[in-house]
Amino acid sequence: METPLIEFRDVTKRFDGKTILDKANLSIYENQITTIIGKSGSGKSVLLKNIIGLLSPDEGSILFRGKPVREMKKSEWDGCRSRISFMFQNNALFDSMSVFENIALPLRQTTNLGKKEIEQKVMSRSEQMELADALLKYPAELSGGMQKRVALARALVTDPTMVLFDEPTTGQDPIRKNAILGMIAHYRKQFGFTAVLVSHDIPDVFFISDRILLLWEGEIAFHGTYDELIRLKHPMIDEYRQSLAGLHDELPGQLSRDMFSFRYDLRPDFAGDQKVIK
Amino acid sequence: MDWSCYYRDYAYEESFSIMHSNMKESSFLPLFHPLGKWTIKVVDSLGSAVIFFSRAFLKIFRRKQIREIIRQVYFIGAKSSSIVMLVGLFTGMVLGLQLFYTLTKFGSEGVLGSVVALTLIRELGPVLTAMMITARAGSAIAAEIGIMRISEQIDALYTMRIDPIRYLVSPRIAAAIISFPLLTAFFDLIGILGGYLTGVVLLGVDEGAYFYRILTYVDMADIRGGFIKSLVFAVLVAVTCCYQGYFTHLRADSYGAKSVSISTTSAVVISCVMILIADYVVTSFLM
Repeated sequence: METPLIEFRDVTKRFDGKTILDKANLSIYENQITTIIGKSGSGKSVLLKNIIGLLSPDEGSILFRGKPVREMKKSEWDGCRSRISFMFQNNALFDSMSVFENIALPLRQTTNLGKKEIEQKVMSRSEQMELADALLKYPAELSGGMQKRVALARALVTDPTMVLFDEPTTGQDPIRKNAILGMIAHYRKQFGFTAVLVSHDIPDVFFISDRILLLWEGEIAFHGTYDELIRLKHPMIDEYRQSLAGLHDELPGQLSRDMFSFRYDLRPDFAGDQKVIK
Repeated sequence: MDWSCYYRDYAYEESFSIMHSNMKESSFLPLFHPLGKWTIKVVDSLGSAVIFFSRAFLKIFRRKQIREIIRQVYFIGAKSSSIVMLVGLFTGMVLGLQLFYTLTKFGSEGVLGSVVALTLIRELGPVLTAMMITARAGSAIAAEIGIMRISEQIDALYTMRIDPIRYLVSPRIAAAIISFPLLTAFFDLIGILGGYLTGVVLLGVDEGAYFYRILTYVDMADIRGGFIKSLVFAVLVAVTCCYQGYFTHLRADSYGAKSVSISTTSAVVISCVMILIADYVVTSFLM
């Protein structure tokens, strides 16, 4: 059986007595795109921060390639971290640095690359992200969507083998959202890339995901494929379907209702024993 | 089998309840409780500040630090030089004025130069320079690091494997250690010139006597003392301001932008108090 790249064993995390993760168990496999879904405030970002080591579990253990992180030496853990990048939900760009300096910072500080090599890498990433014209600007001068792309370029500039994305497509227009999702899928195909995404972009994010994890009340309530997810009977799925049904009922015309049903796959067999949308 | 553990220790419980009731009745208890809590908090903060400084100091000598240290020397040192020299000039001028009238009463206005120089080199130079840098650069350091903390920029550094203490704190401590003595020297020189302006140019003290007394009475020990003080103040100010900013998110009294403003205020107030306390301690050792 394949050893997971990252494994959570009964991980519990509390803040001020409030339990955010409650004996969470999960496995993330190499070369897969794993998407974590769940309601806002359910602890998805906390889960990601536990993976990278920004937070540490109060109870339970996190394993990296089968070895508990707590038992690793600092150098060993640093070696693991060198292959992981993290993209923050609010971007966490350095606001006193230009876009170029933001993207170049991890290369300048953690590698021995020369000035020209760094410049080439930054230019290549910024062209991919359509940021070439904004390199001399400061984050405060950019739109929310552009800031997101800068954060993405910074996360990918070191060519990591695993990237943790905290809502990478939030605030993007549909064209760029598709481009970002496409790029993540393309990277996986090209470089054997492992990605963990926290996203609310349902159902779009499912199209690139190999595995989906559902975080509910601090526990991993589901892990599996999209096909397994749509057959799942779970309070969150029920709430989601009901919200779709409510929105569907409010739609003004037949055309928009048909398009809506098509987009969200609202067929009677999908809805199971829930409310059937006609 | 030892059953003693199953029996209640009534004597102990009685004595404890008497002590407890006495404590309740005591009017001193409400005073001691917050005092004790405050003392523990202060000792705890001092301990963590010392660890914070040790970690940051050792990381000054790591690779890729020179560029950031130079940037910080420019920010802490070069950009503070004009305000430091302005304050130095007027401090020297007012010293010249005050001391001239005081010394005239004893017929000793000829020693004006040495009194102004010794006052500046041994005491006012290091203290006022440190306070001016605290006000200008220390507050900015605390605010900048505090904002970086609450906007997750420090977390971002960690995720990029850039040690935040090495990248943010060590260069600032190094820059303070370089800048404080230099600015103190500037302050002293400009202050002596200020004393010359009021004493010699305005009030008519002999120019030769003014500088001759300085050369005669100021010796290397005085300059060394001022230098040591400026180094001590550099470490205190840099560590206090960085520490306040770095741990902004752990403040129990506020959150977000408010916590940054309180951290900045605390950084300036604590630095100034520490400068004065350290000044007394270092002076008593140097005497």
